[in-house]
Amino acid sequence: MPEPEYRVKVGLATCGIAGGAAKVYARFQDALKGSAVSLERTGCIGMCYNEPLVEVLEAGGKRYLYGKLTPDDALRIVEEHLKQGRPVIDLLLLGEGCTPGEETFLDKQKRILLKNCGLIDPENIESYTAIGGYEGLRAALTAMTPGEVIEEIRRSGLRGRGGAGFPTHTKWRLTREAAGVQKYIICNADEGDPGAFMDRSILESDTHSVLEGMLIAGYAIGASAGYVYIRAEYPLAIRRLKLAISQAEASGFLGERILGSDFSFKVFIREGAGAFVCGEETALLMSIEGKRGMPRFRPPFPAQKGLFGSPTSINNVETLANVPRIMHQGAEAYSSLGTEESKGTKVFALAGKIRRGGLIEIPMGTTINKIVFEIGGGISTGKPFKAVQTGGPSGGCIPASLGDTPVDYESLKKIGAIMGSGGLLVMDEETCMVDVAKYFLTFTKDESCGKCTFCRAGTNQMHKILERITQGEGREEDVQILVDLAEKIKSGSLCGLGQTAPNPVLTTIQFFRDEYEAHVREKYCPAKKCKALIEYKIDRDSCTGCTLCARQCPTGAISGTKKEAHSIQLSACIRCGLCINSCKFEAILISSNPKVKA
Amino acid sequence: MEHKNMNNLKISAKEQPLFAIMEIVQRHQAEQGPAIPILQDIQSAFGYVSPQMLERASEFSGIPVSELYSIVTFYAQFRMEPIGENLIQVCHGTACHLAGAEKITESLQFETKASAGGTSPDGKFSLEKVACLGCCSLAPVITLNEETNGRLTPDKIKKIVKETRKLSAKNAEAMGVCTDA
Repeated sequence: MPEPEYRVKVGLATCGIAGGAAKVYARFQDALKGSAVSLERTGCIGMCYNEPLVEVLEAGGKRYLYGKLTPDDALRIVEEHLKQGRPVIDLLLLGEGCTPGEETFLDKQKRILLKNCGLIDPENIESYTAIGGYEGLRAALTAMTPGEVIEEIRRSGLRGRGGAGFPTHTKWRLTREAAGVQKYIICNADEGDPGAFMDRSILESDTHSVLEGMLIAGYAIGASAGYVYIRAEYPLAIRRLKLAISQAEASGFLGERILGSDFSFKVFIREGAGAFVCGEETALLMSIEGKRGMPRFRPPFPAQKGLFGSPTSINNVETLANVPRIMHQGAEAYSSLGTEESKGTKVFALAGKIRRGGLIEIPMGTTINKIVFEIGGGISTGKPFKAVQTGGPSGGCIPASLGDTPVDYESLKKIGAIMGSGGLLVMDEETCMVDVAKYFLTFTKDESCGKCTFCRAGTNQMHKILERITQGEGREEDVQILVDLAEKIKSGSLCGLGQTAPNPVLTTIQFFRDEYEAHVREKYCPAKKCKALIEYKIDRDSCTGCTLCARQCPTGAISGTKKEAHSIQLSACIRCGLCINSCKFEAILISSNPKVKA
Repeated sequence: MEHKNMNNLKISAKEQPLFAIMEIVQRHQAEQGPAIPILQDIQSAFGYVSPQMLERASEFSGIPVSELYSIVTFYAQFRMEPIGENLIQVCHGTACHLAGAEKITESLQFETKASAGGTSPDGKFSLEKVACLGCCSLAPVITLNEETNGRLTPDKIKKIVKETRKLSAKNAEAMGVCTDA
């Protein structure tokens, strides 16, 4: 079959679909009916801020990336580019003729793990094998003993990407050495941190690489079965995983006597039922066993006594996806990247007040400033950069003044934050740090399983105090109480959830104490976010009396006659901000609430 | 394809609840630790898990009702009340929080007349707050009947709710159901 003159790839991962990619794909499908152009689907290209994304590949090797497309733009691409050979310059992000600027997003990264994302069709196993997929497994099964596989992983320096950074080879070795006939490998895809979507993207865009990683891990530890524990909130990832399993079975990569060896392996999928604590390994085991997901004491560690009482290795999606690369390209290539203690690359979900949010991959040791400014393109609102938050509810806020901190396990730990699973939230001046701390505590207090008193009751108390501070009812001693409580919760909790839940509060107090004090002493919210501490006012000079805000207001608090300045009845105003969004003249101002007395 | 199967199951489940639960239990009986998959399938067949359904599932599977109840009340996914015609999940992940998820929830409450975690009086909409849908770059995000919608504003919410109302009225008409709206 001759190479088609054009190939069109549409990014169809969840973020693409949320941005409207399915409609764009359908329009291409209609317009290309009967044409020789090959229309293909692919996963996440990573530039989530430009979704929906479409790449056009010419037979000569030229590539063009289009972004933020509407279905009508798809028609233009068909007419102008595919039929007449003229790329649509005004829609172009990358490729000959584009406006420079966007390329730094990709050029400053090091995409090893994400290399296939946006390149291959995740629903087609041949698309994966064509670029060396399952070769890592073949190498392991045909030329290496399980011990040699573990040694290779040791030399690569791979550490767990779920957040804690435990050396992967140690986990595997302990599981291998543990006594027991039945052993399990579990892929932890319960990506519960709010603000993190690395695992979802990898599972949706490069599904087979995770399966291949599980198979190699299974061979190394001597397991005959594996479970993928995946969030039910990721329906597309689950669907693609099921498809990948059946394709791998049909191709002989999964099942009995894989690739003619003595190694047999089965994979089962378990959907998580929505409990953040189940990302913790012992709680996850309880959940697969069909119980409430409550953590238990360690030791015995899962490597000795895990799922259904058998030795079990639990590895994160990203960790497992790294394994085939290491086996295929060798440990040296992998360990040549990164720092002394943290090898390889790390995938981050860059989001928040950032110009170019998306899925990025960087060598370990890249600084925060480089991520925010060079890759992310700076702050989306144009306001000053204030902080980044890593590690979600278990992590910490890092102030802009520490922007030179390299991102690796040790450096982040030193300043009170953690690597975490890979969420990286960027915050600007308009973000209230007390509100952020309260947000995370709202989350952890709800997600605490209730087993340990300090976690169950302590997080609730902390939340109450934060609530009262943001209400303007904070007391002088509150900040100290928060610090005391935090230490007690950390030492009095059994699992990672409780041990890390106070981190967002502690780091915001450490780096933004003045904001807490402004809330407590002056009843003032410097970011003008906390509703009880602000009031809305209409600037009579700017208001044109267009009545738009009055029509938007859900409580009817805005009144005024057409073409005359309006006013807000403060007692009825709930400070929802709908009026600010609707106003085209920036006539609605926020000021501190004078009624809350300092 | 999968969707279609689910719908078929839905119809048979509503007509033959006892049989549907028995079939679900049988499907998972051979697995180790089958309780959660059984309950998940019951919920996807009926839309929720009632105390009566727990009792039936317990009879067929031999798992004590107390254990099933403990699971249903622990995990956020399970609902013990039926939901409205359309399910809207509002993401309250960190990125969405920063991008104004609270405003989105407020305007949804206003437009649908459903409270967060509740169902509207007309039964058209149920509203749920969820932790993170993993589409942080498109914050704020909601899912409407599993379809993800991003980069939302209160204005867009208004439009989405209006369109959904129209669509559900049309569907009701097509099915020959009399609506008083």
